[in-house]
Amino acid sequence: MDWSPILISLRTAITAIIITFFLGMYVAKWVFGMKSGKVKMLIDGLLTLPLVLPPTVVGFMLLYTFGINRPVGKFFLDYFSVRIVFSWSATVIAAVVISFPLMYRAARGAFEQVDMNLIYAGRTLGMSESRIFWRVLMPAALPGVASGGILAFARGLGEFGATAMIAGNIAGKTRTLPLAIYSDVAAGNMEGAYNYVLIIVAISFLIVLLMNYFTSKERRYKMKR
Amino acid sequence: MGLYVDIQKKLKGFSLNMQLETGGGFLGLLGASGCGKSMTLKCIAGIEKPDTGQIILNGRVLFDSEKKINLPPQKRRIGYLFQDYALFPNMTVEGNIGAGIRLPKIEKEEKINQMMEIFQLGQLKGRYPHQISGGQQQRVALARILASNPDVLLLDEPFSALDYYLREKLQVQLGEDLMSFHGDVLMVTHSRDEAYRLSNRLTIIKDGIPLIVGETKEIFRNPEYLEAAKITGCKNISRVEVISKEEVHATCWGVNFKVHEPIGKDIKYIGIRAHYFNGKPGGINQVGVKLTKVIDDPFEMNLVIKNKYAQNSKELWWKVSKNDWKSVYKEQMPDNLYVAPEDIMLLKE
Repeated sequence: MDWSPILISLRTAITAIIITFFLGMYVAKWVFGMKSGKVKMLIDGLLTLPLVLPPTVVGFMLLYTFGINRPVGKFFLDYFSVRIVFSWSATVIAAVVISFPLMYRAARGAFEQVDMNLIYAGRTLGMSESRIFWRVLMPAALPGVASGGILAFARGLGEFGATAMIAGNIAGKTRTLPLAIYSDVAAGNMEGAYNYVLIIVAISFLIVLLMNYFTSKERRYKMKR
Repeated sequence: MGLYVDIQKKLKGFSLNMQLETGGGFLGLLGASGCGKSMTLKCIAGIEKPDTGQIILNGRVLFDSEKKINLPPQKRRIGYLFQDYALFPNMTVEGNIGAGIRLPKIEKEEKINQMMEIFQLGQLKGRYPHQISGGQQQRVALARILASNPDVLLLDEPFSALDYYLREKLQVQLGEDLMSFHGDVLMVTHSRDEAYRLSNRLTIIKDGIPLIVGETKEIFRNPEYLEAAKITGCKNISRVEVISKEEVHATCWGVNFKVHEPIGKDIKYIGIRAHYFNGKPGGINQVGVKLTKVIDDPFEMNLVIKNKYAQNSKELWWKVSKNDWKSVYKEQMPDNLYVAPEDIMLLKE
């Protein structure tokens, strides 16, 4: 069995979740702090869009942005000599863009669930905004933020459509597990696909267990109050 | 010195237009739920922003809409005791008390220990808020606030989250705990008992506007306004027609009452507190007793009567102690009740 799709997938998913987790959390905090209104609705809509669009459409848009003849892609090529499309970094970009809305929405929801009086209390006690964020808001929202992170990780691991569009399906380079399964089936190698499927099912089941653990933690935390 | 507030803010359904001054001491804000009391506190603390006005604390301008000054809550030095205390659930008692202290580590620990000693919270040091009782939570919240050295203390319905039996005990306790605090205190409540017990001065609020300001005891004795009489718990209120300079006709009960002072032109109602009737014969301001209902409270009896001399008399509430009820009135209700003229409150609309 070729182990490279597993390694590529894990490397991609782990790199992507680190980016998605912090990006999603900070963007969620930013939107959470905004005054509600049309601007907030618009931004929220744009940030959620990758979740509802077909992944191939997202992939198309990414290709359109990072293609070597497009301004952004050309910029990276000219100044850093980096070609993004059809490289490993493209798998990460696809996974980040596709999994971002899950993280963002979970974190925003978790922040909104936090009792506003805790934040106000922090302010009147003279705590700085960043201290309130790390010492009050984050701990209270952590179960929700963590389960959002796990969900985003799972989504990044399973990413297929956008990855195929922008990173291609290059064996040993950009062929992630979902792409490997597709390729094996397309080539009639059902046995190879079968192994990959088992691995994906095992990882996914582990993720569901983790999710349940965090949501039960959240419930317990609420009962305490 | 003290806290001076004059703010306006448009809210859903009504406009807040609040003027108040603590002027050294304990000021109570008494009003029904949803009259803008809590919003006033939030504006003072800087959590909400008034549309226009001024907030000045000990000469420091916290908010001035004309000069475009609006200090963030962190810089206002205002202690805010939230209704549910807003203790940080992820921190221990010790962590909560230390949350607002901006000092080097050693001095911070000293300060925490000092506060825990004053508030007798030593044994609870490592506990989390959900592991301690409501009364203890209140004390931790208070210790946390006082540890941050505020210039003024705002209390938002401080006893509403507590069980009834704990309230009275903690009202006394809070009074004692606040002895060590030298700034002014502003308390919002809808409970007349709390307001009466704790505050030296009182402002009664109706629909976002201060109706009457004064010494607490004086306001309870003479609330002046219909709404103020209701909020301070007056059970018997009637519209009146003025008969002469010192006599009115109460239309609800069909009784003429002599009062103790000349009746102003704007007097439209009178109020009589349910405790102030007297069953001993020979007084003035006589109401004939027709008992319609007896309502049993733990330590008091509420006797609901109608004036038997008038047709269509509305109900009057008379409160008597259980003792008097058992020894006298249970067997024999008096024929008439009397009210001293000075116990009749003259009320404006």
